[in-house]
Amino acid sequence: MPEIRNYTLNFGPQHPAAHGVLRLILELDGEVVERADPHIGLLHRGTEKLAETKPFNQNVPYMDRLDYVSMMCNEHAYVMAVEKLLNIEVPIRAQYIRVLFDEITRILNHLLWIGAHALDVGAMTVFLYAFREREDLMDCYEAASGARLHAAYYRPGGVYRDLPDHMSQYKPSQWHNAKEVEKLNANRQGSLLDFIEEFTRRFPKYIDEYETLLTDNRIWKQRTIGIGVVTPERALQLGFTGPMLRGSGIAWDLRKKQPYEVYDRLDFAIPIGKEGDSYDRYLVRMEEMRQSNRIMQQCVEWLRNNPGPVILQDHKIAPPKRETMKEDMEALIHHFKLFSEGYCVPEGEVYAAVEHPKGEFGIYLVSDGANKPYRLKIRAPGFAHLSALDEMSRGHMLADVVAIIGTQDIVFGEIDR
Amino acid sequence: MQAITDYIKRLFLWELLKGMSVTGKYFFAPKITIQYPEEKTPLSPRFRGHHALRRYPNGEERCIACKLCEAVCPALAITIEVAPREDGTRRTTRYEIDMVKCIFCGYCEESCPVDSIVETPFFEYHGDKRGDLLMTKEKLLAMGDRFEQQIAADREKDAPYR
Repeated sequence: MPEIRNYTLNFGPQHPAAHGVLRLILELDGEVVERADPHIGLLHRGTEKLAETKPFNQNVPYMDRLDYVSMMCNEHAYVMAVEKLLNIEVPIRAQYIRVLFDEITRILNHLLWIGAHALDVGAMTVFLYAFREREDLMDCYEAASGARLHAAYYRPGGVYRDLPDHMSQYKPSQWHNAKEVEKLNANRQGSLLDFIEEFTRRFPKYIDEYETLLTDNRIWKQRTIGIGVVTPERALQLGFTGPMLRGSGIAWDLRKKQPYEVYDRLDFAIPIGKEGDSYDRYLVRMEEMRQSNRIMQQCVEWLRNNPGPVILQDHKIAPPKRETMKEDMEALIHHFKLFSEGYCVPEGEVYAAVEHPKGEFGIYLVSDGANKPYRLKIRAPGFAHLSALDEMSRGHMLADVVAIIGTQDIVFGEIDR
Repeated sequence: MQAITDYIKRLFLWELLKGMSVTGKYFFAPKITIQYPEEKTPLSPRFRGHHALRRYPNGEERCIACKLCEAVCPALAITIEVAPREDGTRRTTRYEIDMVKCIFCGYCEESCPVDSIVETPFFEYHGDKRGDLLMTKEKLLAMGDRFEQQIAADREKDAPYR
């Protein structure tokens, strides 16, 4: 009998199911995975080092580019770290806006995840529907910040601008006449808050549709149930966070365990799984979208009734209003000082973490008292998840590796940073 | 009883038919697709696209070469050189934005004390050869002249929030 040698397969980095630039060396015995060795670093941009050369405020746009499907949550961890060092209290309205956009971000992330994951497993339709809702949410992003993805909206001390009272509208064209355009613009008549509220009313029905397409579907179940099982103990040992940990049945959520901003005033539940397989993690994320929707409704309700400042009035940290800057000499000096030198933060080190859609996203910041960070360390949830890929996929079939990458919700921006 | 109904449902592909009914519903529903080059999705007044340098209504360029945008640019995409003009005013002799480096964070517009450098809602541009995306002062001023109405209208709409 001839000796059967294992087959080594190079998966990625150009494979569409590799979710970016994952290069995976798979050792196969027939079609069974013996070993999976992820190679990282193909998207390394040196964000941590780059941050050491820039004043605190200028690092915010680079945080967007870490996990590029949940932009504002990355910013949130960073600005929270700076705020902790500066020891400042953010205006309450800014906190609500941040929570609102964190939850919008969570839905954005999970929608991309469900679309891409279903596409990997073989269901095309969900992808199209998920991107339809993403479009609405990205309009919210754009209305508030001016960019559909890389927002640069959160600032140390609050958020850049208040939410707009008007939404821009579609214009008639050769394809859509005035009457059709009126229908397209129906939800754009009021403020951004009205737009978001209208979305939150529609959204649960859309989640039901995704669930109709997937939850009971026999192919979906065959491809996800019992795939990539992680026991609760092992999940803790591997440093899992977010839906990956909750899918294994551990009710750990930073929004509940160490509430930041105004999460302790909001009413929401955290779903947990039972078996710790891909199917449970899918169910957890679907329920998380519903809960995010609830949080958004509560935030909209509060924001509607409580106007106020959205950024700190201390002009040593946040720039003055444009109008005052143009009339008042002192404000102009603050303006110039802030945009050239920035501000110095006290010496010290902090760790600030948020419940990012993928897990615990943390920023560890060391300051030596200068206007730039001395050291910035990013704790990316995806890194811990990816390092467990070998363990999760061992003994599964080749096609299941794709389902496991999907269920881990890998994004390389944050892993390679 | 539950087991029997489940069995029958499974046998007659119930969950697949339900899924197909969702697809079928959208097959006949009005489409949300936008026919892109002819029509566009609405852009908010805050949109950050291609840069432009603005002029005052009398034709004088706004930029006073304070170099604040150069200092604040996180990507170091802006290069400015300064010299006094014949009439003694301080102006830029060179104002370049490397669009390849630019990350469109909007900090230059935020920092500009005279509303000179702005980001327009224009996002459909390209370069055919190397260097095409290096925006010189002339190109940026031309952009400003081309979009001045739109820029002014957007700034006015967004003024209460800034």
